[in-house]
Amino acid sequence: MKALNENISLETEQIDPQEVKQELLKKYPTKVARKRAKQIIVNRVSEEQELPEIGANTRTIPGIITQRGCTYAGCKGVIMGPTRDIVNITHGPIGCGFYSWLTRRNQTRPDGPEDDNFMTYCFSTDMQEENIVFGGEKKLRAAIQEAYDLFKPKAISIFSTCPVGLIGDDVHSVAREMKEKLGINVFGFSCEGYKGVSQSAGHHIANNGIFKNVVGLNDNVKEGKYRINLLGEYNIGGDAFEIDRILDECEISVVSTFSGNSTYDQFANAHTADLNTIMCHRSINYVAEMMETKFGIPWIKINFIGAQATAKSLRKIANYFENDELKQRVEDVIAREMPEVIKVRDDVRARCEGKVAMLFVGGSRAHHYQELFREIGMKTISAGYEFAHRDDYEGRKVLPSIKVDADSRNIEELEIHPDPERFRPRKTDEQLKKLQDEGFRFKDYDGMMREMSDRSLVIDDISQYESEQLIEIYKPDIFCAGIKEKFAIQKKGIPMKQLHSYDSGGPYAGFKGAINFYREIDRMVNSQIWKHIKAPWQESPELAAKYACD
Amino acid sequence: MLLRHTSKEITERSALTINPAKTCQPIGAMYAALGIHGCLPHSHGSQGCCAYHRSALTRHYKEPVMAATSSFTEGASVFGGQANLVQAIDNIFTIYEPEVIAVHTTCLSETIGDDIPQIARKAEADGKIPEGKYVIHVNTPSYVGTHVTGFANMTKAMVDYFAESNGQKIDQINIIPGYVEPSDMEEVRRIAEMMGVRVVMFPDTSKVLNRPQTGKYEMFPSGGVTVEALKTTGASMATIGLGQLASGPAARALDTKCGVSCEILDLPIGFKATDRFVDTLRKTLGITVPESLNEERGQLLDIVTDMHQYFYGKKVALAGDPDHLIALTEFLVSIDMWPIHIVTGTSGKKFESRIREITSNSPYPINIKAPGDLFLLHQWIKNEPVDLLMGNTYLKYIARDEDIPLVRMGFPILDRIGHSYFPTVGYRGGMRLLEKILDAILDRQDRDAPEESFELVM
Ligand code: SF4
Ligand code: SF4
Repeated sequence: MKALNENISLETEQIDPQEVKQELLKKYPTKVARKRAKQIIVNRVSEEQELPEIGANTRTIPGIITQRGCTYAGCKGVIMGPTRDIVNITHGPIGCGFYSWLTRRNQTRPDGPEDDNFMTYCFSTDMQEENIVFGGEKKLRAAIQEAYDLFKPKAISIFSTCPVGLIGDDVHSVAREMKEKLGINVFGFSCEGYKGVSQSAGHHIANNGIFKNVVGLNDNVKEGKYRINLLGEYNIGGDAFEIDRILDECEISVVSTFSGNSTYDQFANAHTADLNTIMCHRSINYVAEMMETKFGIPWIKINFIGAQATAKSLRKIANYFENDELKQRVEDVIAREMPEVIKVRDDVRARCEGKVAMLFVGGSRAHHYQELFREIGMKTISAGYEFAHRDDYEGRKVLPSIKVDADSRNIEELEIHPDPERFRPRKTDEQLKKLQDEGFRFKDYDGMMREMSDRSLVIDDISQYESEQLIEIYKPDIFCAGIKEKFAIQKKGIPMKQLHSYDSGGPYAGFKGAINFYREIDRMVNSQIWKHIKAPWQESPELAAKYACD
Repeated sequence: MLLRHTSKEITERSALTINPAKTCQPIGAMYAALGIHGCLPHSHGSQGCCAYHRSALTRHYKEPVMAATSSFTEGASVFGGQANLVQAIDNIFTIYEPEVIAVHTTCLSETIGDDIPQIARKAEADGKIPEGKYVIHVNTPSYVGTHVTGFANMTKAMVDYFAESNGQKIDQINIIPGYVEPSDMEEVRRIAEMMGVRVVMFPDTSKVLNRPQTGKYEMFPSGGVTVEALKTTGASMATIGLGQLASGPAARALDTKCGVSCEILDLPIGFKATDRFVDTLRKTLGITVPESLNEERGQLLDIVTDMHQYFYGKKVALAGDPDHLIALTEFLVSIDMWPIHIVTGTSGKKFESRIREITSNSPYPINIKAPGDLFLLHQWIKNEPVDLLMGNTYLKYIARDEDIPLVRMGFPILDRIGHSYFPTVGYRGGMRLLEKILDAILDRQDRDAPEESFELVM
């Protein structure tokens, strides 16, 4: 069996990625091919050379079957969805609200049975034709009032859908008015689906909104010696619970999570943390930037997907706080957690070594999950993001060279200044310098390409057609993407793991998560079921008449 | 409590929908379009709607659901989507090579007012539509109607675009199966074929959204009604439409356009509605009902008489689409169960009067709301508890909070399988429904029985 696996990876090594690229482009009309050529990149990593430039965050070509969703999905679904105690009202026709209702598997755990949890509810103004013709502000105002009367929430937020933007309803003025009237925080998001080119724009709008309207409203400093925020963690399948467990054991306290298992008060209190840690770079890096400018909180990139990555991230946090006791505790936790992880990993590795994966997901996951695959000896030969920007691929070094186009320009950039009362540098300049001299890296992200192997194929906004071709050519052992891709891939006999919402599994973060993931991949790539695709008579169709009794 | 904020006290709401019992038009149009052989649905608007519709259908059917989108950004939203659609048509025919592109609009392109036929003509004039291929369209603004309306509209578009008549009749009838599962469509066809009837059924999602695992993926699998067959619908002897809301418009359009007389029946759920379906086939074509079908009918009735004690007097809450609810209510009433709370997201006076008529012998007051939402349904249940819930997966939250067994039926079912493979229409479908209802009720009885009354024989 093992030899066979090695053969497979050997075969893939012999495939020329340039030729694959040409193959993928062959069927496209010329203009389409020209555009896609910039988004399909043969990776090149070496010390001397710069990474090749990838086309990213550009419009999807009409008619192409894409993985992408819209701005509203990023704003309401991804960022605001997993916060349990805000009443999120979708202002628009019914569909948008309906589809973003409980479909992302964000888990939440209110403190007690009395505590607010609106995540199981879907609120919509369900606009009808007359609202489109005569405007929907009146209905929105009434809806906010009704929501308030029924639920008495701490905050209500409003999400604009495409037709709302078009007819020009001013959700922000309605929000201001209702805030005044009700005495609770009410704020709106102009997250119409057509803004920007993907969900990413919606993340940006949501994050800006939370930053403007909530962060900094509650100055109570929570107990705890080492206080951090976790940014870009959405508690899919319970990830945040596992991360919290580990951090708890290290006595690192999480002031707020953006935005898995989170609450309004956590957001309001986020500025009191002493360090921001970023899980998903794409969904939230600008919030960290803004918090640094406004409140003086430094930020670092961390990653809790993968056991090694988790250990590394814990050490990084401990180093930041420069406390020996903390460093020791982190080492103790790692030492305690690792044996079980290694045991399962080695067991699984024996069956998975040499197998090949492809990942096309989200804005960070296509990167982070490669680490988990590496741990069980699997190689990622092709990967890409659904809605990343160049820095997610090539690292933040390229930020100055990213051109701002019209689609990015219509997303508000907040102008941030230090908060006169709340700005507090967490480290002195000397402390920062010392850390940096020791190799500690702030505000940094290398991107996915640097960590992928030479000659791997990096593909932005992959299309259905390209996925199918890639599978034909490489025959990977597993393909990771979202629900829309899942069954077409599986019909080809290739197991497909969802990494946006994890199918039914999870958590996959942290140490226990790593164990779950190893087992899950083992189950998927080594399942007996793929061997049953052909019936015996399809395997050997030649007819040989033979009676049982002769 | 997962729905901890749902209070018993019911207040009038004029603006806020909470936990909808419906969704938007395009998804119904997309589903119907998948029932044409070789068809790629196309969503004219921004890509988010299309992603959502594909995801929702995929989660429900656990099958690939492909559809393209015009991928509007802000520019298209301001200047109109013509350039996007023309480009999309070109790309789709070049890359995916479908026979038909079925375009539906979204709220966005509807509000802008894009004229799809005009754009399609432009694409044709530009040579973007290959010889012998088709672009059809339907308007599906979501601020009018629901997913059922979208389904009905796309089904009607099949008639508008394809049905032809030259005065000659073909020995076949049209069946429009309604907004039902692929398995149901298969069952409707099976019953008709048992009676020796030649049928053109449209849309037909069987063998499209319940595909076998073969190790091969085909974007355009073998199922679906062909364009050739659709063209002949104008020459059929008659049309039977199942479900007023979902099939009525197409059935009537065929009558108007090609003079094919139509009969619009309820969805054949339960024995009475199935009887009417079978009887209509019999009378329309002057044929005898085969013994095998009588046997199935008898088996269905046998289950009811054998287990009547468990059905009798049970109170049920229902949520779903009007066509389903009407037929289901009639079935439940016919076996002496009492639907007492009924909501649909689709509005309709006729719906309410039909349900009132069917339940007129009920010993209980009946709550009906059209359009209503699941929040209201839950509030009713808190005031007057029921023994059983029937509806889509979202009802599981109410089921858990109130500790009521749930039989999943309708759209979407996200957490169970079976609906794509096993029908709930026809006599066979009725048997499956009864089995599910009994399983739910008896499992519950077993679970709750004190030790001394825990029985082996039930
Ligand atoms: S914008 Fe309209 S068509 Fe799109 S998902 Fe929302 S309701 Fe449906
Ligand atoms: S990778 Fe994906 S799914 Fe993802 S958190 Fe970032 S944005 Fe979301």
